[in-house]
Amino acid sequence: MNAGQWLLVGALALPALGALGALATPRSADRAGRLVATVAAALAFLASIGLWFGHRASGPAPIRPWHQLDVGWAPGLNLRFHIGVDGISYPLVVLTTLLTLLCCLYTLWTFPALSVAGRAAVPDDPPPSEGGGRTLAALLLVIEVGILGVFLALDLVLFFLFFEVVLLPMYAVIAGWGGANRRAAARKFVLYTLFGSVLLLVGVFVVVAAAGTADLVALSSGRGAALSGGTQLAAFVLLAIAFAVKSPLWPLHTWLPDAHTEAPTVGSVILAGVLLKMGTYGLLRVAVGVLPDGARRVAPVLGVLAVAAILVGGLVCLAQTELKRLIAYSSVGHMGFVLLGIATLTTTGFQAALIGNIAHGVITGLLFFLAGAVKDRTHSGDLAQLGGLRESAPALSGLLGYAAIASLGLPGLAGFWGEAFAVIAALRLGSPLWTVLAVLAALGGALAAAYFLRLLRRVTHGPATPRMTDIGRVTVAEAVSWAPLVVLALAVGLVPALVLGIAHDPVLDLARAVTR
Amino acid sequence: MSIDHVALLPAYFAAGTAVLAFLTDLIAPGRRAPVAAVTALGTVATGAVAILVGRGGARPTFCVPNAGCSYLGDHRGALVAAVFAGLTLLVVALSAPSRLPGEYHFLLACSMTGGVVLGYAGDLITLIIALETLTLPLYALVAMRRRRVESAEGAVTFFVISVVSTAVTLLGAALLYASTGALHFAPLAAALAHGTRPPLTTAAVVLVLAGLAFKVAAVPFHAWAPAAYDGAPVPIAGYLSTASKLGGLIAILYVSLYALAPARDLVGPTLAVLAVLTMTVGNLGALRQHRMVRLLAWSSIAQAGYILAPLGARSHFSDAVAASLGYTVFYVLLEIAAFGAVIALRGADDGGLLADYAGAARRAPWASGAFVLALIGLAGLPPGLAGLFAKVVIVRSLLGGGSAWLAVAVALNAVIGLAYYLRAALALFAPVLSAPAAGPRRAPWPVAIALGAATVAAVVVGFAPQFVLDAVGR
Repeated sequence: MNAGQWLLVGALALPALGALGALATPRSADRAGRLVATVAAALAFLASIGLWFGHRASGPAPIRPWHQLDVGWAPGLNLRFHIGVDGISYPLVVLTTLLTLLCCLYTLWTFPALSVAGRAAVPDDPPPSEGGGRTLAALLLVIEVGILGVFLALDLVLFFLFFEVVLLPMYAVIAGWGGANRRAAARKFVLYTLFGSVLLLVGVFVVVAAAGTADLVALSSGRGAALSGGTQLAAFVLLAIAFAVKSPLWPLHTWLPDAHTEAPTVGSVILAGVLLKMGTYGLLRVAVGVLPDGARRVAPVLGVLAVAAILVGGLVCLAQTELKRLIAYSSVGHMGFVLLGIATLTTTGFQAALIGNIAHGVITGLLFFLAGAVKDRTHSGDLAQLGGLRESAPALSGLLGYAAIASLGLPGLAGFWGEAFAVIAALRLGSPLWTVLAVLAALGGALAAAYFLRLLRRVTHGPATPRMTDIGRVTVAEAVSWAPLVVLALAVGLVPALVLGIAHDPVLDLARAVTR
Repeated sequence: MSIDHVALLPAYFAAGTAVLAFLTDLIAPGRRAPVAAVTALGTVATGAVAILVGRGGARPTFCVPNAGCSYLGDHRGALVAAVFAGLTLLVVALSAPSRLPGEYHFLLACSMTGGVVLGYAGDLITLIIALETLTLPLYALVAMRRRRVESAEGAVTFFVISVVSTAVTLLGAALLYASTGALHFAPLAAALAHGTRPPLTTAAVVLVLAGLAFKVAAVPFHAWAPAAYDGAPVPIAGYLSTASKLGGLIAILYVSLYALAPARDLVGPTLAVLAVLTMTVGNLGALRQHRMVRLLAWSSIAQAGYILAPLGARSHFSDAVAASLGYTVFYVLLEIAAFGAVIALRGADDGGLLADYAGAARRAPWASGAFVLALIGLAGLPPGLAGLFAKVVIVRSLLGGGSAWLAVAVALNAVIGLAYYLRAALALFAPVLSAPAAGPRRAPWPVAIALGAATVAAVVVGFAPQFVLDAVGR
């Protein structure tokens, strides 16, 4: 095994070992357990950074991994442990390891008390802490393993396997550490997304049965048995529904607001920041990459649904009265732009999707950190009870303003590129349908400005409400975990080539493969 | 007719185990440890002999010229015998906390003998007799929870339904004999293969399958299972849902693989409809349960549906059988681990309500962990990789055979399944509202070892599924 392969294995194995280590620490040494988890997350982050060095794309287009590892596992199930990283997956891999590290760091200082299932939950009266912090950190690491596995997998069955890994840990995070209605929200999340996963299972084996291989590299380059048009369409619809649930795409998004609202801060950050990207990444790499014919036939439907998501997300946000719920619905709109980019099936569209993914992960991750900080201090997410943050906590207020403006797509910050490119990609297709979609999507972008400005007016301006007085300053823990995201939102906004440069060649190859 | 006694060794050992258990109980009456030890050793010996003989290649015996053999001494039979022996061993260990009379072990070993012979069966009569030998002792075993009305009720329901189902199967076999003149699998298949099929044969095929469907508690012949499971001592409920169910499945597999293969156009759709009904009704029934053993009983009905599904697909028959058998091995491991955990947490007498498990995760973290892992595995999600691969095996086989609708039915049922498996798992983490429920503070060591062994085995095959696939595929 060469260095690149060791790093690939390390990125998956280190968090797994860290999770075991954190769970193995005794209950009395909770903080030590969280420290173990944080160290593991940091090592995994370093491993993912290390993947950049000595990268050289090799193999047939469109998937030309920099490093890869291919070991047999269960030939009877067409399952190989085939992982690798390329320009499309690399930014997402780093985003995942970074966000997990920040969340683990955050739990070092503060984490919500473990609320045992079944207890009548009263938000203002949290049950006593039971030393669950190390369990929370361990679950975050298991989720990281699943998400990284999805981004790294180059085997369809392995991809499905990792896709399922995140379900139960995320369920446990929401159900164990969530807000008042956590049980219902967690159940909805797990059943809804399992529904997506089982369709993925069926779709994967439709492809495998027809093509005779589960290897993504071979399938994408068309080296498997050629799939007929009917098979492609059926498999693409199955996979698209599976990924649409995860992304989520309107009208399959209804699990998301509940889950995001009820999850603890770190859970929301991981959910919005990277978990949703499993859906868009899967759509791009697996559904579009393996089934280009199916993609071409379904693309207009996807585009219409994506624009519907943008508009519905925006309109619902305008009427939201709960802070985290508003941010959650804004995710529906932002992911709509990402899906619109993919649906155009063009180079520009794919690039819009990739940078949109990263930008949304960074900005929404930051927004959920900030919303969590506000809610932890005021014990309320009700916009009617919030106000005057500017006076009582100027630093927090400034950060919230920054994140909101980044999220609404101000040029110069990360959110701009994905949305602008998605609209341009749709316009460039030229047909009446896509022109209308582009115009509507742009209108949806304007809605984002409206609801974020409304949010800022409610929360930061005006006289301080009783709940807002005497709230603490930004702590060291918060500053440490937020700073990288603040910097990245600006950096990606000023230099989009940070993401687009890495992804340029693979995206070009993919778009060529789809249109051939 | 010469008889190959080496091929018969597993059956001899199994029957010998029963006799020894009976004698030990006579020599040392009232003491359970010697009987349990003898039975356990006997099961180990039976399994070992089955594997050793199975390695040597097929040794058919009781052969009739121009007809075939009644005893197929082949690799697949050896696998079935080994699984039966292993399950019986686990159940013997899990029975340690119960105060059951000495004949308990004798009956258990008798039942195992039926299972061992079943795997080698080469004609319909051997098959039915082996299945009855497997089932008969269970009527008594289900009723062994004395002074409990539910126990007797469960036993009577089970007895009546089982006897009727055997009669139905026998009637089907008789009609088949009447129309084809054959009982051995090979000539039966040959007779069904050519010529038109008279209505009598069609009726016979359906009757045989329906009778066997009773044994696996397939819908609509499932109503006995929850009552019998809940009335029985918990280890016997575990035996019913693993070994006894395995027996019924093996019977269906052998009949549809060897004897009725030419009637695939009839067998396939019948089993497909049975499978979808079984998994759906089983899952929906489980959603409403508040007693742990009843919940597991309904879930095991649903699992039987998944197992039958590949046989209903149009895939190559031996692929379908390998998929069914593969799923069964994964399922049996997880199911026995789940029942083992119930016994470790609650004792062997009563599974109790879901609410009785409150606080179990705090009180007994290891047993609870094993229970949660088994439940998640049955739901087919990581970290229960064994269960995940089991689902993958089924879906892969169905789509390979072009039965996409069956695959979608299996997939959607998995979602329903998760709802109640999660509910059962969550019960362990609920806070204790009243005084701690009665139950053993520490599980006895045989239970702990059995639970540990089943869990470790489930984890190992979860990481190395090819091991199971190779074993069933040959």
